[in-house]
Amino acid sequence: MSLWVDKYRPRSLDDLHYHAGLSARLRSLAASGDFPHMLFYGPSGAGKKTRITCTLRQLFGPGAEKLKIDQRVFMTPTKRKLDVNIVQSNFHIEITPSDVGIYDRVVIQEILKEIAQTQQVDLNARQRFKVVIINEADSLSRDAQAALRRTMEKYMSNMRIILCANSTSKLIAPIKSRCLLMRVAAPNTAEMQTCLQYVAKREKFDLPPEAAEEIIQDANGNLRKALLVLEALKMQSPDLTGPLAIAKPDWETYCNKVADMIVQEQTPSRVMEVRAKFYELLSHCIPPTVILKTVAERVVERVDESLKADVMHWAAIYEVRMRVGSKKIFHLEAWVVKIMSLYKQFVFGFSMDDFEA
Amino acid sequence: MFLKPQTTKAAPKHTVDPANQPWVEKYRPKTIDDVSAQEHIVAVLQKTLTSSNLPHMLFYGPPGTGKTSTILALSRQLFGPDNFRNRVLELNASDERGIAIVRDKIKNFARQTPRAQTVASDGKVYPCPPYKIIILDEADSMTQDAQSALRRIMETHARITRFCLVCNYVTRIIEPLASRCSKFRFKPLDTSSTSLRLQHISSTEQIPVSLPVIDTLISVSGGDLRRAITYLQSASRLSSSTSPPTEITSQDIHEIAGVIPNPVINSFAKVLGVDIIDDSGMDVDDGGRAKGFDAVRGKVKELMREGYSASQLLSQLHDLIVPHPTLSARQKSQCAMVIAEADKALCDGADEELWVLEVALKVHKFLA
Repeated sequence: MSLWVDKYRPRSLDDLHYHAGLSARLRSLAASGDFPHMLFYGPSGAGKKTRITCTLRQLFGPGAEKLKIDQRVFMTPTKRKLDVNIVQSNFHIEITPSDVGIYDRVVIQEILKEIAQTQQVDLNARQRFKVVIINEADSLSRDAQAALRRTMEKYMSNMRIILCANSTSKLIAPIKSRCLLMRVAAPNTAEMQTCLQYVAKREKFDLPPEAAEEIIQDANGNLRKALLVLEALKMQSPDLTGPLAIAKPDWETYCNKVADMIVQEQTPSRVMEVRAKFYELLSHCIPPTVILKTVAERVVERVDESLKADVMHWAAIYEVRMRVGSKKIFHLEAWVVKIMSLYKQFVFGFSMDDFEA
Repeated sequence: MFLKPQTTKAAPKHTVDPANQPWVEKYRPKTIDDVSAQEHIVAVLQKTLTSSNLPHMLFYGPPGTGKTSTILALSRQLFGPDNFRNRVLELNASDERGIAIVRDKIKNFARQTPRAQTVASDGKVYPCPPYKIIILDEADSMTQDAQSALRRIMETHARITRFCLVCNYVTRIIEPLASRCSKFRFKPLDTSSTSLRLQHISSTEQIPVSLPVIDTLISVSGGDLRRAITYLQSASRLSSSTSPPTEITSQDIHEIAGVIPNPVINSFAKVLGVDIIDDSGMDVDDGGRAKGFDAVRGKVKELMREGYSASQLLSQLHDLIVPHPTLSARQKSQCAMVIAEADKALCDGADEELWVLEVALKVHKFLA
């Protein structure tokens, strides 16, 4: 039995529940035979991937759903071997080049040239071109993006590229100007309500609107999360009535604890305790940015109004330092110390003018 | 792979359906006279067509100004379709261009003596001067090592080979290479020539495009002709794919270009205290300020959920604040500073939500 998220994932453009305008556009583009390169962007859980698979189905028919997973070996110029997993059907190929880190350029070049130089041999195929889907396009390195530029123009007759990204900020302008931008916004409350009710109906149980409302509040625009939570809750209490306890992930409760610790006491020994907690979180592979953002958000809830802006300001500053630097824990800690000193100064009523950056 | 035919010369077996070709390729200038708005450069290059002498060249300028088009058109005019394949080597960033390639491929190609001129098959006479051209497109993404490996090659084979480096940032080309070339700066296209070109394309493609739409295209693309043409093509695709075909509107262009609609920006600015003079909603006493933080954060969260890109948001906010009539110069410069800082942070890969929030809070504070 598969998860509800996958079980009730819309398969065709007609089944999509929201962004009807976008679906209509995709449908007409797929029908016109003049399909451009595309860039789907939007927050996670908004349905980018679903829309891409639906578009593929619209383009190529059900054949596009017969997927096989391939493991390919690439060779870097320095004779290093890279293993990459590739999902492909007869009509498209899907890669996540950021898996291989700084060597993504090699993978992009190899795969695209290979696809671009072979024509569709199947005479019954609906389209003459193949589609390359590049996931997490915003984490592609500059080199890899530069490698895409000319290829996208040159081999337009044999191939189309669909990029999938969270934001367009990290894509270079030449790529953006070659693609048709498709913004997939997160669904609003009413739209999420419809989706949850639809799933409930298909699973043949009654979902009280209040419960759905609560789930939606918690999911914050992420439909995938909402559906997962719904399924988990259904397991816990089959009738879904009464007060719901939406289980927070462990790391989130842990982050809450850290925020409490910061606000309660501002001493060097407390910094050490916080540090231990941070290490724990990091060793469980929670991305440092997520840790910083979550803790900052909790701290903001607990401090005085006049401090809120500063907390976020320093969070932003230390977050970017964390990206540029190499040792994440240093910057997390520096931020904690900064916040503690700000808080203490505020409590003891010092002037803060000297500390404005 | 390396002696690749240009798009117009796709092998006869599988001709590219011109309808599916990107217009950028379809309307690439065929001769250097067709190149828009770079009169000075065209005049210089015209001479080389008659004199059969050509220096090494370095083309630089912002994207979409016709650098690649110019050199391709020039070499096509020099050699004609038959000799184009064996006389021109085009390498761009999608090809492997490390130091090994410079040492092998480029050196080997540079070394060959060009073959004797054959009679052109299409009956025209081409100058076909006794040298080959190596085009290094997007040369600013070549490594330093690869660039310095080129230095000597450029000199030793100067008799039979000319290099043309094409790049956006001339500062990324190492000095010894730059000094071996005559430099040509391509300036951003002015409005009138962009508009002429777009009108030409729309009339050839027989799509009705109104003047305001062309103005929108120009303002969105900012002197980048390729971008303008791509947007035009996407817009026409969208408009013709609906039934019945609708006319292209400025709004479509904005949508395609990923520009955030004005009402969204205005409401964001309003929350920050810009633009709309709204004393009732934006009280500056302590209570109003406290409300301010949550209001600002809520607005930022909402924008991020809509999936707008942070860099676009910042640049549009900047465009709104800088010419604003009522803000003081000091406030404007403070805002510009924080936006600049955020842009730097975004370039370093920082988290978008944090930095949009940071900008929003700062602007809110400065304007309070």
